[in-house]
Amino acid sequence: MHIDRETLKIVVVGHVDHGKSTVIGRLLYDTKSLPEGTVDRVKRISKEKGKPFEYAYLLDAFEEEQKQGITIDTTQLQFHTQQRDYVIIDAPGHKEFLKNMISGAASAEAALLIIDANEGIQEQSRRHGYILSLLGIQKVYVLVNKMDLIGYSEESFNEIKHTMNEFLSNLHVFPLKYIPISAFHGENITSRSEKMPWYKGESLLTALDLFEKDKGLEGKPLRFPIQDVYKFDHRRIIAGRIESGALQVGDEIRILPSNKVTRIKTIEQWVEKDNHQSASAGMSVGITFEDEFFNQRGEFIVHAHDTSLVTDIFKASLFWMGKAELVKHKEYKLKLVTQEVECEIYSINKAIDATSLETIENADSVKTNDVAEVVIRTKKQICIDEFKNNQHTGRFVIIDGYDVCGGGIVSGLANEIQVHTTLVKNDRLMVVTCFDEYYFVLSEGTIQKVLGRPHTFGVGDAVPTAGKTYEYPDNIDVLDLPTQLVATIRKSRLENIIRLREYGYDSVPLIDSRGSLIRLNSKEDLSKLADDLDRVSAAENTLAAFANKWLEFAKFRRIRFLQDNQSSAVEYQI
Amino acid sequence: MDHLDSLEAQSIYILREAYKKFGKLGMLWSIGKDSTVLLWLAKKAFFGHCPFPFIHVDTTYKIPEMITFRDEMVKKYDLDLIVHKNEAALQAGMGPEQGRLVCCKALKTDGLQQVVTRYEFEGLILGIRRDEEGSRSKERVFSERNKDSEWDYTNQPPELWDQFKTDFPKGNHIRVHPILHWNEIDIWSYIERENIPVVDLYFAKEGKRYRSLGCAPCTGKIDSNAVTIAEIIEELKNTKVGERAGRAQDQEDSYAMQKLRKDGYM
Repeated sequence: MHIDRETLKIVVVGHVDHGKSTVIGRLLYDTKSLPEGTVDRVKRISKEKGKPFEYAYLLDAFEEEQKQGITIDTTQLQFHTQQRDYVIIDAPGHKEFLKNMISGAASAEAALLIIDANEGIQEQSRRHGYILSLLGIQKVYVLVNKMDLIGYSEESFNEIKHTMNEFLSNLHVFPLKYIPISAFHGENITSRSEKMPWYKGESLLTALDLFEKDKGLEGKPLRFPIQDVYKFDHRRIIAGRIESGALQVGDEIRILPSNKVTRIKTIEQWVEKDNHQSASAGMSVGITFEDEFFNQRGEFIVHAHDTSLVTDIFKASLFWMGKAELVKHKEYKLKLVTQEVECEIYSINKAIDATSLETIENADSVKTNDVAEVVIRTKKQICIDEFKNNQHTGRFVIIDGYDVCGGGIVSGLANEIQVHTTLVKNDRLMVVTCFDEYYFVLSEGTIQKVLGRPHTFGVGDAVPTAGKTYEYPDNIDVLDLPTQLVATIRKSRLENIIRLREYGYDSVPLIDSRGSLIRLNSKEDLSKLADDLDRVSAAENTLAAFANKWLEFAKFRRIRFLQDNQSSAVEYQI
Repeated sequence: MDHLDSLEAQSIYILREAYKKFGKLGMLWSIGKDSTVLLWLAKKAFFGHCPFPFIHVDTTYKIPEMITFRDEMVKKYDLDLIVHKNEAALQAGMGPEQGRLVCCKALKTDGLQQVVTRYEFEGLILGIRRDEEGSRSKERVFSERNKDSEWDYTNQPPELWDQFKTDFPKGNHIRVHPILHWNEIDIWSYIERENIPVVDLYFAKEGKRYRSLGCAPCTGKIDSNAVTIAEIIEELKNTKVGERAGRAQDQEDSYAMQKLRKDGYM
């Protein structure tokens, strides 16, 4: 029966003109999957345009596509073999339509990467290979097309195979098969080609049926991100799709990130026949809880014994397809299943040219159509999984303005990143703790320091001049005693970093890098300070004497009281 | 989950996204099989409630049985239905004799645009499917239209992992396509499984039936003896004729649908 059949989604990718649409057109034609009249229509169009018949026209439905012979946007077509149903996704090969290629590829479970035997590996062959690796598509066949142009040569085929294999293995893409074909002539498409007797493998059509569908989302831990909360009648229904795992009425569940625990009371439905006691991955359901909490979109429901990852900083691999470059420290919106949160690219550990694999370490930006390894920090805590553990909750998109401009996968925790806030200008770097907070913990009678969010501020960046336990003037200078560097801050923005010797006192308050006011009233004071500073040794008594003479801790700071040593007061901790 | 379960779950997810994201939302109901399935899915998504109005753009050229069926459904399911006609065009004598594409543009596309403007819809839910026709096969699930309802198909937004486009400038609207991934046989299998009421015109009488419903002057019947859904499904498995072969406007030009849809046709 039709409804019991398995469906597999396959994307066809590769460089422009290497024959993606032709492969698909040919598959559809040879398996008689096209409605009557479609081929006649294409023949008519070809004739009207004075061009020879192209299988590609079967898919390139837009007038512009047929006229210019390029695929602009992705198409999805269905066809079936004896064994199962297929959705074949035709992805454009032109660089300018990369976002359409990625849209097509993102929903696929398997991929056919097409290489023109005559032209070999080209720019988009590499880029598409990279994107497959980033999307986590592991079921890949490489089709070496246009074998007719190289005389069906086994030697040339092997050469292309070796080169491609070497490139792809760098990206952790390991093709399951290499198949030599000629799509236009139908060689090795639905049956083994007589022109290539040296090839002992399957034809494309037979090989497709050998792709095994991914299973196992049901077996993973429960991830149920709340999509919405409905109160249309007496019921307060938590609606959403189960991304992985399964749930049953009566299950003890935990709501993250708030960490509330309750039980599932009911699974709701409209039609009586849909009445079930359990639900599993992929289902869009509505549930009610035994205890009613305030819930909202984006919260994660997991089993009570489970601890999903809740964090505001993580490492990711991403591809960038925005018109503008991806830049550090700009505010973007991140969407991960139903969670939406403001974020910044905290660091770009590597920016990678997706065609040459050329890498720039610690880059400031990522160019359009390139990929990168980054650290992302979100404004609020979110629930994530590493992509390798859970595809659905380990991938995200980045919105710039109105548009989805980037997509990526969570590659790990960001536990080795900087802890300190720094002010930088070129090679001058100051570690500052003046943005840390101080609390007096009543239950312990001690003072606790809470680190400010570690951040690197460059020239022109706004700095947090007001915190919970400090408030600095908008115009202020910061002296880092160990390095004798002075940062000048004007209108709350870092203006410059200069050496103490170049610094001239001009009535702007000067603080040390911990936030204490330095008692200066004149230029003479400044030179005395510099002299004293030169005499300060590591010995504690001279340092304390220096501090008592020059520093005034409480000028811009106050210490707030805290009942307990609550970790919730710690806004940020690595 | 079987095949229909996953199609249904995905459609419900999309409907709920649309409801969450758009302040003013409406669903187009053409009374045909696809949009009637969509209506059913909406009822399921919102547990028997439907938190947005249905819209019927009435060209006044519809087959009379469709209007009767429409009014019965409105009563039975207590639907909030907006019926809109492009009165100005009708009074000026618009009809298929003026040219099919011209008529479609005036009575359907422009009619729809008038509804969008009048009610200030941010989101419109439509029951189109990828397997119907070439330009629909290239659609996004959430597809932006500018203030004149135009579709810029050469610059569609990326759509990854069900992260749909929900941010857009004021005045534009988003077309939401929750059953884009279904095919014609899926629709009939689901109608059968769920026992969804459909207009009688789809079932054969005297050797003919409608496969796709539109306006009376432009919609032809096909030869068929299928009087049950099971027979319709069997017929479709063996047919080599396109679903919209009976729709006259599609045959007017090689790129008829693309041209109509670029201007805002559904």
